[in-house]
Amino acid sequence: MLSPRARQAWRRGLFVCAALLAVGCRNDMQDQPRYEPNSPSQFFPDGTSVRPLVEGVVSRSERFESPEIETGLIDGKPIDRVPLPVDLAFLERGRQRYGIYCTPCHGGLGDGDGMIVQRGYRRPPSFHEERLRSMPDGHFYDVIVRGFGVMPSYRAQVRTNDRWAIVAYIRALQLSQNASLDDVPEAERGTLQASAGGAR
Amino acid sequence: MGMQVFHRSTNVISRVTIFGGLFAVVGALFLLAAINRSPWATRQGIAREQPVQFSHRHHAGELGIDCRYCHTTVEDLAYAGMPTTQTCMTCHVQIWSDSEFLEPVRASWRDEKPIRWIKVYDLPGYVYFDHSVHVNKGVGCQSCHGDVDDMNVLWQNPSLHMEWCLGCHREPEQHLRPRDQVFSMSYHPPADQLSLGLQLLAEYDVRPRTECGACHR
Repeated sequence: MLSPRARQAWRRGLFVCAALLAVGCRNDMQDQPRYEPNSPSQFFPDGTSVRPLVEGVVSRSERFESPEIETGLIDGKPIDRVPLPVDLAFLERGRQRYGIYCTPCHGGLGDGDGMIVQRGYRRPPSFHEERLRSMPDGHFYDVIVRGFGVMPSYRAQVRTNDRWAIVAYIRALQLSQNASLDDVPEAERGTLQASAGGAR
Repeated sequence: MGMQVFHRSTNVISRVTIFGGLFAVVGALFLLAAINRSPWATRQGIAREQPVQFSHRHHAGELGIDCRYCHTTVEDLAYAGMPTTQTCMTCHVQIWSDSEFLEPVRASWRDEKPIRWIKVYDLPGYVYFDHSVHVNKGVGCQSCHGDVDDMNVLWQNPSLHMEWCLGCHREPEQHLRPRDQVFSMSYHPPADQLSLGLQLLAEYDVRPRTECGACHR
């Protein structure tokens, strides 16, 4: 027979084990009472915890020195330059963002032959037609922000800096498709001509 | 000689019960561990049905749309971002615009009610995870999410057990890829991954933390 002390120790031990088991069945730590991104909410009438942005709100990380960087306009007219410093890194960024957001329709060359167009979407104009080549930079920025024709606005997907980077890259694309051999640095001409056998 | 209280067979019975009991306890522990690692507990590899029959294989694979076209905040925020209904409707106002499969999307558009996608990678509330630091340090989408471009319906690719996280945090050089390949779905690591990994480790200043507070903060 166990002594009363030993019996008490047993009972305590069993109680602790039972308590541990009971705790193990709850998921309070797993599912904490807070909103994860995009969690539904019963508090707001529209059922979402994500609140719509107030009209005209500006991100703290996106405050620019002059208004035309955000609007693309000066005196209501599209500006005719990219109002941010354009260097190679900026163009590379533009190429990358163009690849993500624009190629599905406009295609890698900007001629409007993207994969989604091949699947039946209305064909956008080529960036290389004369009308678009002579448009000011601010026009392309404005189309990204507000959309044009069937193209909806991309302002929610593409940040201000990146919009201008895309504009700069579209300009580079236009140059590349309308360039002559004289535009190529002399040192590079040889390699270009050697590989130009099958090119257009 | 005193009287024998127990029959001789008691020796066998006592041995069997002692060893059997031990086996039962150890076996139960192994069973628990096996259950804990099974897809039933981790949901690893189990396709999750969604409110819309959306196919990553079609969109990311066949059409070649970049991950970031929809998951726009993956490079900047902890949360990769889910596309708004407007993103779906960018193309689907014109393409498959009367398809029955897309009715939930059109309903969301009409009623201005967001689509309630089912979360596939549902980390526990006590784990902090940040997408941006991973993709900016050369961890490919594929490394955790698997061949998404080949999945019609998504499933959770890894177990998401802590040992899985730690495996990479302890040996990141085995998994790192060049930054311009992070979003590629067709990247193959070079034969000499180790030397590339070590080079990227230094170049990108990758210092993954393995102490508890790194993720449980």
